[in-house]
Amino acid sequence: MSGNNKIITVALVGNPNCGKTTLSNKLTGSRDSVANYPRVTLTKNEHDIHYRGWTLRIVDLPGIYSLTSQSPEERIGRDYIQNMQPDIVLNVLDAGNLDRNLFLTTQLLEMGCPLVFAMNMIDEARSKQISFDLPALSFMLGGAVVETDAARGEGIEALLSAIVDTAIGKKKSRLVNLPYDHHLEQAVACAQCRIAALHPDSMDEQQSRWLAIKLLEGDEDILSRENDHSALIEAMEKDRQILARQHSEEVDAMFAAARYGFIRGMLAEARQMLPDPTGHKDLTQRLDALFLHPLFGLPIFLVMMWVMFESTFSLGEIPMGWIDAGVGWLSDLLSVLIPAGMLHDLLIDGIIAGVGGTIIFLPNIVILFMFLAFFSETGYLTRAAFLMDRLMHIFGLHGKAFIPLVIGFGCNVPAVMAARTIESDKARLITILVSPFMSCSARLPVFILFAGAFFSDMAGTMVFIMYMLSIVVAMVAAIFLGKFVVTGVSEPFVMELPPYRMPTLKGVIYHMWEKAANFLQKVAGVILIGSILIWFLQAFPQNVEWDKDYDAQLMALEMQVQTPYRDRQIVLLARERAQERMRKSYLGQIGTAVSPVFAPLGFTWKDTVAILTGFVAKEVVVASYAVLYNQDEADTEESASLRSAISGSMSQVTAFAFMVFALLYAPCLATIAAIRREAGGWRWAGFSVVFSLTIAYSLAFVVTLLGAAMT
Amino acid sequence: MQETRSDNEAGYSAAELKLGQHGVISSIQGGDSLRRRLNALGMVKGAELVVAHAAPMGDPRSYIILGYQVSLRKEEARNILLQVAN
Repeated sequence: MSGNNKIITVALVGNPNCGKTTLSNKLTGSRDSVANYPRVTLTKNEHDIHYRGWTLRIVDLPGIYSLTSQSPEERIGRDYIQNMQPDIVLNVLDAGNLDRNLFLTTQLLEMGCPLVFAMNMIDEARSKQISFDLPALSFMLGGAVVETDAARGEGIEALLSAIVDTAIGKKKSRLVNLPYDHHLEQAVACAQCRIAALHPDSMDEQQSRWLAIKLLEGDEDILSRENDHSALIEAMEKDRQILARQHSEEVDAMFAAARYGFIRGMLAEARQMLPDPTGHKDLTQRLDALFLHPLFGLPIFLVMMWVMFESTFSLGEIPMGWIDAGVGWLSDLLSVLIPAGMLHDLLIDGIIAGVGGTIIFLPNIVILFMFLAFFSETGYLTRAAFLMDRLMHIFGLHGKAFIPLVIGFGCNVPAVMAARTIESDKARLITILVSPFMSCSARLPVFILFAGAFFSDMAGTMVFIMYMLSIVVAMVAAIFLGKFVVTGVSEPFVMELPPYRMPTLKGVIYHMWEKAANFLQKVAGVILIGSILIWFLQAFPQNVEWDKDYDAQLMALEMQVQTPYRDRQIVLLARERAQERMRKSYLGQIGTAVSPVFAPLGFTWKDTVAILTGFVAKEVVVASYAVLYNQDEADTEESASLRSAISGSMSQVTAFAFMVFALLYAPCLATIAAIRREAGGWRWAGFSVVFSLTIAYSLAFVVTLLGAAMT
Repeated sequence: MQETRSDNEAGYSAAELKLGQHGVISSIQGGDSLRRRLNALGMVKGAELVVAHAAPMGDPRSYIILGYQVSLRKEEARNILLQVAN
């Protein structure tokens, strides 16, 4: 306790799926994080609450199964408890699964920190006819034990009161030593002697016993901390080998078995389980019989994926229409309010167009994350990963990667965000980096335009080939990245399939909002800068030397008597001016300067400019072509005149190469922003741009070469 | 090493259990990292497990241990050696 300022630090520790985050949210009244995604920082999950005149600082640590420093989450947890010395460690337990949940507890007991226990989800345990002898449990665990049901708010008051009472010493927290068999105890005692010789007086009994056990277990992290005592490490290594030989079992496995033995004994005394009077299988067993059915499991999953995909993108179109209308309205309003000029153009063509073009994805993200929250909180997500793992494993991916990749066909931004559900760092990063290869819906207009213009007799097939190519490239890239780029060992596929639980509506809605707000905050900033930049490159230099005196010619035309012919001339002249404007803008100049790079692929400066504008969003490529080929800017990929305008501009081979390039080259700005956020920095976002450009260029070049060889 | 091999020959692994079959763990092979992870999940010597479900093509499979369900790929399950039933 930190003296007079009355702050009590409370660290929440518990297994994944024990309801720890729900409890934390209930305690703090915050809605910060519903699911325990990897990379959730510690500071972010700190919340102060006030209770009986005390300030409780609640720190939510990541969900872990043990404190053996096998994963970053476990190390975060252990380091926090050891270094920050929280006043209270609140161990959250799933009352229905104490047999495993208490394993972490045995390690907390040995660390000697003051503990309070929350027997969470007590309602589930009760419905399974399980009851507890709380005083006995409290005695054996050496701390207060409170039954809670965080989802309904039961036991929260009692828990807060127990925390404060323990912190101020009103309730006793007692040190508990786990008894081991005499061989292990002998080894522990012997190790403690060695430690005492090296660290005289600096450690109490509890600390030295803990260190001795960790050293005997061969914990790499702890061993490396004692690096400078090579004699100690050597001696311990010897002890370990002797013990292992005597028992023909690794020492850490002996400790683990002993811990589980201790748990068994404790539960035999303090837990009462009545046989279920109905004799029915429980809900989880019945649902698994359906969802993991050898024949129907997969089709059911695919139907659910289809429903999710359809709702995300079809249902999403309705609010997208509203947003589009709203942005249009705002843009119209501003163009009336603000006099024509630079500020006008910057606001309307740059900022509103760019940001408006991004928030249009918001409905997709909200709907998608509603489904993901539902799947994740019910427990179905792990079943989906279970069903798909065999297939994904071929490509070095985790079963959970399937969902982000499917979502990628709709939009890469939510796909990258959905990769969060993957715990392993390596598997998650690979998934993030390959999802932009999935052909998103924004690329479809480009394919439709090109397939229609150059391959009109087999347009459908060409579009299909693009989709197939996107899958193949994503999978091959996954293998490549896993082998050569993303380091780290691939973690074993050890995944708990938690019981099915009905999520609270509140939980799902907050989850959804959190994602939406997150998307707006983090992505909109990058988009804003990006769209201003692209706008600037397109709009400047302002004073171009026109090839023709457009204004005078237009004026002259307008003076004439109105005829269809005159109107046509005006339109043509205006388009010609727009084309020249684009060619002479910085963007056009860059396009012209860069175009030699694309010359081997047969692309002209026009194609290069279109590619450059596609960085903002791939569908912009079509609008750029419309301007570059003197068509109406509002022309769509279906426009016959745009098709005929570009159809003569390149050969079929070049057109195919362009389609391949457009499919694979750099992710759009919004996706780059999402990658930066999810992969943790510009480094991977930059890598993704370079990597995809390289692949796009190489494959387009291969197409060009093959095409040349065949004709 | 000698002992490990004889264990392997005498026993069989969790990967060889059929759906619905029980087994009692005798030891975990396959290196420190995997063993510690599985130990933490309750897969220690003497613990009993049952095969609950198999994914399409038989891999991965889920096991019930200590009353909860966990999924393992065959390559991991092969490292969980079982006692031979008498």
